[in-house]
Amino acid sequence: MSEPERADVGGGSDNAFWAGFALPGVAWLCLFFLLPFYVILCIALGTVDPIFQTPAPEWNPLRWNTSAFEFVLESLFTSGAAFQTVFVRTFVYVTIATALSLVIAYPVAYYVARYGGRWKGVLLVGLIAPFFISYLMRMLAWINLLQDDGWVNDVLIWAGILNAPRNWLDGRASSVILGLVYGYVPFMILPLYAFLDRIDRSLLEAARDLGASPFQAFRRVTLPLSMPAILAGIVIIALPMFGDYYTPDLLSGSPQTSMIGNQINLYIRGGQQIPVGAALVVVLMLFLTVLMGYYLVSTARAQRRLGR
Amino acid sequence: MTRLRGRWSNPWGKPRFLVLFTALYLVWSIVPILVAIRFSFNEGRSRSTAQGWSLRWYSGDPDLSVLHDPGLSTALLQSLRLAAIAVLVTVPLGVALAIGLTRWRGRGAGTSRAVSLATLVTPEIVMGTALLLVFIHVLTFIKLGTVAQAIGHITFSLVFVLVIVRGRLLAIGPEYEEAARDLGASALQAVRLALLPMLVPAIVASGIVVFAISMDDFVITQFLSSGTNTDTVPVRIYSQGRTAPTPALNALAALTLGITIAIAALAFVLWRAVRAARGQTGSALHEFATLDADTIR
Repeated sequence: MSEPERADVGGGSDNAFWAGFALPGVAWLCLFFLLPFYVILCIALGTVDPIFQTPAPEWNPLRWNTSAFEFVLESLFTSGAAFQTVFVRTFVYVTIATALSLVIAYPVAYYVARYGGRWKGVLLVGLIAPFFISYLMRMLAWINLLQDDGWVNDVLIWAGILNAPRNWLDGRASSVILGLVYGYVPFMILPLYAFLDRIDRSLLEAARDLGASPFQAFRRVTLPLSMPAILAGIVIIALPMFGDYYTPDLLSGSPQTSMIGNQINLYIRGGQQIPVGAALVVVLMLFLTVLMGYYLVSTARAQRRLGR
Repeated sequence: MTRLRGRWSNPWGKPRFLVLFTALYLVWSIVPILVAIRFSFNEGRSRSTAQGWSLRWYSGDPDLSVLHDPGLSTALLQSLRLAAIAVLVTVPLGVALAIGLTRWRGRGAGTSRAVSLATLVTPEIVMGTALLLVFIHVLTFIKLGTVAQAIGHITFSLVFVLVIVRGRLLAIGPEYEEAARDLGASALQAVRLALLPMLVPAIVASGIVVFAISMDDFVITQFLSSGTNTDTVPVRIYSQGRTAPTPALNALAALTLGITIAIAALAFVLWRAVRAARGQTGSALHEFATLDADTIR
């Protein structure tokens, strides 16, 4: 997140002028980003109206009530309990889907950046296109393909891999992971492309001149140089995946593949025990903040290793 | 085997494995969409097999087509309405924020920058929950529905405008404004006459990105919806994706895709033109593809 800071403009007298430009946006974010976070905390740490079961937020931090958090944490740290099962499942799905995405995204980004040549324009259109096709439409396309009488079953039976149509859309982890990879991989390819495209080719030529094979040049020059981009790509797709509930809902719909996002959706929009949902959101945020912190530390380390 | 190795180590040849891999990826990424569009033109009711060609699910069917089923056509209108509001509000708000946060030095600037970037890494479900609860418990004068959804879209996409415009501002540097000031322009005139014209390409680009984000948004829109009359196309696909009895949903998705691509392509052509007029060189597609990458440096 650090950019090279450019020289300053004007002096202290202009500072209020520039702050004035930022004011509407900053006020907007205070009202619709920071305040809502405080409200989540006050509801997670509030009480529930005994008659109507509606949440009663507790605005005073001195009177916060931790029962919703205790409920969430207990379920999270008891083996076999509901939230732990769901959280472990989410973590496994996200890890597998992210790893598969990287295996797909890196070679594609590498090819387009290095060997795109006169096809680069066409290839870039192909890489950008998914950004303009709604995620939900892309899931709808797979619902069509994975139906009992859909084309996936047709092809697999024709190829002799399956004897009878398989029910792909009924609680299969493989379908959910396929959906996650299909949905998120474009968001990993573009940043990887941008970084790989910036790598100075003379470094690779130097490696080759010094006797490295193409593979060695890739492994010892390109790969270490692209480490920050790989980490960034992982963060870019892993964070939203942790909050995903629509992919499992559409491609499985079964509690067997329920993710942490499904639980949040259930508690918040289902209307029962909203404080539990709010506490789950806070726990998810804390977990993702730790992941982000780890990312920032590793990026800093990778940059230092490259001597920047 | 020797021949294979020979090809592999030929430093001037394109690596064939990568060519094949990239081609397969593109096929895998595009074909499902084309198949979904194909089924939208089905004559029959199937969403999983090809059954002739017709416009039945777009306009022909008197009850169930996109044109005649109010549930489907309102979703498309609501998507477009929200995207228009989001672009009109987010772009000016974000451009001002970018100018302010890039030039403003002093107490509060660093914190404001950190808060803005925090929205970038906040998952949508967290922001959706936060906004839903704030509209129910604190800002109760804002009713769920179009206004709340628009506020959600603006809050979520603001940071993208910030990042795109800020990247351009850092590339331009302060020299042009300084020159304008030296020639007697006031601070405001320097921004209006020297800075803004140079920012036009970045402003158009961020407009395209905000439009795409708003059209694509699902979680925040669903959390802040007040009922089926404020459902957008993605929300409609979510609620009917598994149960829809006809390809009308495919027709709705295909129509939305067509409109999105048409608007984005028009805006892209405009962007390329203003870019060229401002003397920016290099591939426009390449620059567009790498816009977002600066957000994570």
